[in-house]
Amino acid sequence: MGYENVTKSLTKVIEMKNITKKFGDFVANDSVNLDVFKGKVHALLGENGAGKSTLMNILYGLYSPTSGEILINGKKVDITNPNIAIEHGIGMVHQHFMLIKPFTVAQNIILGQEPTSKMSVLNMKKALKDVKEISERYGLYVDPNAKIEDISVGMQQRVEILKALYRGAEILILDEPTAVLTPQEIVELIQIIKNLTKEGKSIILISHKLKEITDAADFCLIIRRGKHIDTVVVSETDEEGLASKMVGREVSFSVAKDDKEAGDEIFSIKDLVVKDNRDIIAVDKLNLSLKKGEILGLAGIDGNGQTELLEAITGLRKVESGEIKINGENITNKTPFQVISKKISHIPEDRQKRGLVLDFDISENAILENYYKNPFAKRGVLQYNNIKIYAKELIDKFDVRPREESKMARTLSGGNQQKVIIAREVSNDPDLLIAAQPTRGLDVGAIEFVHKALIEQRDNDKAVFLISFELDEIMNVSDRIAVIYEGKIVGIMDAKDAEVEKLGLMMAGGGNE
Amino acid sequence: MIETILSNIALIIGTTLMYSTPLIYTSLGGVLSENSGVINIGLEGMMVIGAFAGAAIGYFVGDPWIAFIGAGIAGGLFGLLHAFACVTFGANQVVSGIAINFLGAGIALFLSRMFFEGATMTKSIPLDNKMPRPLNGVFPDGSLLNIIFDNQYATVYLALLMVLIIWFFMYKTKYGLRLRSVGEHPTAADTLGINVMRIRYLSVIMSGVFAGFGGAAMSLAIVSNFRPTLVSGHGFIALAAMIFGKWKPQGALLACLLFGGAQGLAVFLGQFDFEISTQLISMLPYVITIVVLIGFVGKSAAPSADGIPYEKEHKY
Ligand SMILES: Nc1ncnc2c1ncn2[C@@H]1O[C@H](COP(=O)(O)OP(=O)(O)OP(=O)(O)O)[C@@H](O)[C@H]1O
Ligand SMILES: [Mg+2]
Repeated sequence: MGYENVTKSLTKVIEMKNITKKFGDFVANDSVNLDVFKGKVHALLGENGAGKSTLMNILYGLYSPTSGEILINGKKVDITNPNIAIEHGIGMVHQHFMLIKPFTVAQNIILGQEPTSKMSVLNMKKALKDVKEISERYGLYVDPNAKIEDISVGMQQRVEILKALYRGAEILILDEPTAVLTPQEIVELIQIIKNLTKEGKSIILISHKLKEITDAADFCLIIRRGKHIDTVVVSETDEEGLASKMVGREVSFSVAKDDKEAGDEIFSIKDLVVKDNRDIIAVDKLNLSLKKGEILGLAGIDGNGQTELLEAITGLRKVESGEIKINGENITNKTPFQVISKKISHIPEDRQKRGLVLDFDISENAILENYYKNPFAKRGVLQYNNIKIYAKELIDKFDVRPREESKMARTLSGGNQQKVIIAREVSNDPDLLIAAQPTRGLDVGAIEFVHKALIEQRDNDKAVFLISFELDEIMNVSDRIAVIYEGKIVGIMDAKDAEVEKLGLMMAGGGNE
Repeated sequence: MIETILSNIALIIGTTLMYSTPLIYTSLGGVLSENSGVINIGLEGMMVIGAFAGAAIGYFVGDPWIAFIGAGIAGGLFGLLHAFACVTFGANQVVSGIAINFLGAGIALFLSRMFFEGATMTKSIPLDNKMPRPLNGVFPDGSLLNIIFDNQYATVYLALLMVLIIWFFMYKTKYGLRLRSVGEHPTAADTLGINVMRIRYLSVIMSGVFAGFGGAAMSLAIVSNFRPTLVSGHGFIALAAMIFGKWKPQGALLACLLFGGAQGLAVFLGQFDFEISTQLISMLPYVITIVVLIGFVGKSAAPSADGIPYEKEHKY
């Protein structure tokens, strides 16, 4: 049928025309066009750093475009701040949540448009009632009196959507809403999206997960390095088609991996006990070991002790009892510095908090662990020339974009931030590489890249410990799979013998009697 | 025996209220500024300029309330300066605060020499033109209530009222909610159409107004003139009280009362003939404050965005 024909009879609610946005010399959007139709889901697809969030920030009035114009319901509108966007019925759920942690759910939802009685005094009763009303209407259940810091990420996302609906949003922008959700939460979100479009709302959905796009979207705009590539009707294409359009070449979804005999044991954990922040036992007498030249995947649902286990290994959290050994040496309760010097590298779960110093540039981030060593420092003085040369090498080898070692880590897109971390950690030539959620928020091209990097480590006879909530990833990349449930390993198997159903059952605590 | 103990306690309560009052105003100023995300080390300087303005206007105009308001305006102008540097230009907030401290002391001295024939001290305000004492002579002579309230100036009661008002404002009104949101996560507030810059400006200006009140509560009530040594560190103590009070008005009140009480105790002990030097006794308030705060107050948590300038189009 083609895009033109399909959309002929639909009502345009938004037209973004020839939008260009420059940050200094860097062109983040290069005359991009986007039409959004009433009651339809329009997906945005593009690699990390392609300029998707930038385009949406422009539509929401957070960034002002360098050139181009925006029409809402056929009328030209200058969206110079979010207030104007909100007035025109645009709501946005940001890639990094915009919630105020110590506030309650209800306070976050009403902020900026608070119901008041006399003299600006907050009317929390009405606020609670309003929140309850919209949450029931759209099936978005939340506890309005809970504090944001106490609720799960999935719940926080509902709060974000409610915030937009509370403001009467007719057009809802969802910027990578599923990147941090569990599979169950993703199913729920897609249902919510369907409910919303049934009510006549339009959705702009950004996602790297092609399956979500084929499941939920009607149309898809594809951007590559800021440039408008194409707009397609989703039902007329498939995941492979979308992926190759986005990357500009064929992408393989399955991971190429040769069989390999694992070597001697190199890393072991014995009877490890670790407590969480609330002083409750999170890792409970856990045993695990890794051999040279293997990838061990740790499967499990979020909150079963994975975070605490990692922090204990890397020296960030106190070990109550038990023993961690690498190359026969005991590293229990050693400092992170000592752990690193025993050739353990760590790609942390939270890349912005633990992986990077956001206000350092790429080259400084590249030497965070080795800054004191030759040739980066001589007699205690940093050798910036050498640091730059090294950073340039990493940028080339790991395809970090843009190729500028002096770019601030904060200004990189999520995927490129991750590449910087992986480059740094892999270049340390570790005996054990720990990778926690290494592909969260990455585009398919970048995921392929990360998986290759992990497998290369293994092929070089190193041990790799992969922690992921994505079962597909665990099953495709690992040689052996361990399942964690309530702080214990409840099963270990060869990846060849693993089945989704069996793993899922074990992850839910139902496998091993 | 019990009589004298009770009346001694009443005496200490009275001095506690008296000494806490300037701190309460100033730390409320700190609460406003820092909850909106702007660190205000300049409270001391704002307090000094307020103390001077209060004493000078009080002397020339003769009306304590006009003088008190004048002190607030003087402090507010310094607040405006701080906001200009920190909010508009994103300057380092600590550095700007330190500059304000020097500026406050310098300008107060300069103006004092200009208006009071080269003297570094302003001329004393006659008792009748000082702050009124609303409960003076209300309670029978010698009664405990009399000991506590007889000599308290109106600024004392106003300070307590202000704590209530600021608490209500911060936690029960929409503007309070917005103010706190801006201090916690300005980008989030911005995405909801809240004007971060305006809220920070107003908060910092009001912070100066309150510090100005704090200064005037010294120069118009506790004493009756301004001299360069009058404020000497009270602005910093108010800042500490605000931090120990966990950035909350009610917490700041308690911390100020604690410090005022320790000071009252020192004054009380000073009247006896101990074999201890008076310097050691006057250290007491500081020592007691530190010990109590270390021992009983848990970890305090500043608003998340306190001290971080806000820029639009900053990648988050
Ligand atoms: N405020 C800014 N200053 C400088 N450069 C920026 C800024 N915001 C974004 N960029 C750059 O613009 C490009 C596009 O970024 P954007 O966040 O829009 O990517 P994205 O498509 O959303 O990627 P991801 O999938 O990783 O979220 C990136 O190269 C980024 O470094
Ligand atoms: Mg993005």
